[in-house]
Amino acid sequence: MNVKRLLGLFNDFDQATAAIRELREANLPYLNWDDVTIKSPIEHPDVEAVLGPRPIPIRKWTLVGALLGGSLGFLGIATAQGNFFSQLKGGKPIIPLPPDLVLTYEMLILGGVYITVLGFLVSAGLPHKSKGDLYSAHVSEDQIGVMVKSNAHCIAEVRRIFERHGVLTMQEEEVSTR
Amino acid sequence: MSSVTEGKEKDIREDIAWAQINRDVLRSLDRPRATYWALFAFAFGLFVIGVACEAYQYDRGLGVSGMNNPDVWGLYIATFIFWIGMSHSGTLLSAILHIIHADWRKPIYRFAEAMTTFSLMTAGLFVAVHLGRVWEIYYAIPYPNERWTWPNFQSPLLWDAMAIFTYLSSSILFLYVGAIPDFAICRDNATGWRKNFYTALSLGWMGTDRQWRNFRIAYLVIACFLIPLAVSVHSIVASDFAMSQQPGWHITSFPPYFVAGALYSGCAAIITLFIMLRHTFRFEEYMTLPILDKTGRLTFAIAMVWTYLNLVEYASVWYGADEVAKETLLMRMNGPYAPYWWAMNFLGSIVPLTLMSKRIRSNLSAMMVISLLLNLGMWLERWMIVTPTFSHGYYPWTWDHTFFPSWVQWGIVLGSFGWFGMLFMLFCKLVPSVSMYEVKEMVFHRKIARLHTREA
Repeated sequence: MNVKRLLGLFNDFDQATAAIRELREANLPYLNWDDVTIKSPIEHPDVEAVLGPRPIPIRKWTLVGALLGGSLGFLGIATAQGNFFSQLKGGKPIIPLPPDLVLTYEMLILGGVYITVLGFLVSAGLPHKSKGDLYSAHVSEDQIGVMVKSNAHCIAEVRRIFERHGVLTMQEEEVSTR
Repeated sequence: MSSVTEGKEKDIREDIAWAQINRDVLRSLDRPRATYWALFAFAFGLFVIGVACEAYQYDRGLGVSGMNNPDVWGLYIATFIFWIGMSHSGTLLSAILHIIHADWRKPIYRFAEAMTTFSLMTAGLFVAVHLGRVWEIYYAIPYPNERWTWPNFQSPLLWDAMAIFTYLSSSILFLYVGAIPDFAICRDNATGWRKNFYTALSLGWMGTDRQWRNFRIAYLVIACFLIPLAVSVHSIVASDFAMSQQPGWHITSFPPYFVAGALYSGCAAIITLFIMLRHTFRFEEYMTLPILDKTGRLTFAIAMVWTYLNLVEYASVWYGADEVAKETLLMRMNGPYAPYWWAMNFLGSIVPLTLMSKRIRSNLSAMMVISLLLNLGMWLERWMIVTPTFSHGYYPWTWDHTFFPSWVQWGIVLGSFGWFGMLFMLFCKLVPSVSMYEVKEMVFHRKIARLHTREA
């Protein structure tokens, strides 16, 4: 099947939102809704809402990172104190809880932040090879891009919808289906 | 530098074109005013002085710094605390203001976060410098060895190392993640080596809804982590003192006192850098007087908190049963350090009262001078915490009221300002010091809000 990708650039969020709404209402066959992407210079939750619910798994990464950071931090420090960093304590506990809690607190935050950043990169698909994907420098300036991937027939219809909503320019490319 | 136009101060224009925002900010990476190079040369000069003094101290030994027993920390640790404190406001305020949706933070948070990063890097230098024998710094690194020089986990110094490392690395990540969309803008407009540089930094950011969605949550989550982290860092630095038995340090209110002092000096530094960048990079459109006014008000509020906690510290010592601590306090007021102690109180508590005046808060020259004076006061505060206590401890035979830092210490302290200045100026030349995408969001949302108000 001849799969294509079309990127339409709009002047503002209102036009882009209207175009996406009409795309949705058109209920085009062969258009997988997950293949509709917005590219914009700023974040805009209202426009993203038109696309429907999409997963944001970051918080799970954060929870795992904080729990791992805290628990492994405590275990690591306690193990070090009990073994290769053991000191003569004069009757005081070898693994002192109050100082270890301070260090665990720091490790919890460290783990939380690091794994959140890792989760962000994975969830956002970064690093991303920009070559081979439709993009315009206007997106980072002041225009809103709506990108659709589908078969050639569907793309022709999408093109007409974009034109009805005042698209400024359009870029199209064949997608390798190998 | 007149601030008033037709009775109303100018804020960022809501109708400013987004492309214009890109152009204005990207211009700062290419053609700053000549002041930029003058400031860079000045910072480099200070840095050279610092390096020369450190080289001399390295060659001759720590004795040339004038430090002795009991004055073992001198200006080095006082300045270390100063830089840690300076680091506080950037990331902490950025995170707090982000969470409460204070949109006026948007044009100024990037350089404030950079200030945090470079302040921490500067503070870290003093840990090595104050040891004297820097070539043996590996003694302080915790790894199993035959010398039994193992870390004492009960010591706040070890917590310090952990907290500062966590804060430094998290602040760098916060700064970097927040700048990714701007790196993409730079990539789209750059040529030559800069194109490759920004392409690598932008990680292929294309502004897709998937990227923005995850970016929004990740940035918020990191901000949430950074607030307690920043508070813990300076509380732990305060514990270096408060958990000891030294007179004048063993005070319960030290951690909040340190946190307030840190926020205070950080806010004052933000004002200094705000005015400097506004002029140097022609950011008058973005670093507006209403934002300076808000920062001034915030600084005033924090100054009053600091003043209160300072008085609480004196009251705790005065009404406490520790006679030696009381003697140390009296020695600060009347002894050889009295001029510095009184200057610290004057600069820290009286000078900020001028910030009550809107006229002063809108005057760039006055704000520049005041912010520098406030930070001088906060630096003196750190010095007055460290040195008088060491000079007048529990044992009279260790008293040394004549201690004064040698020129080597002063040189290295000046050098640290040069080092910070150089790093900061380099950063501003390579990374947009105003967040372009956030300013766009700011004007966009203000415009929408105004339209809604009109319709209502």
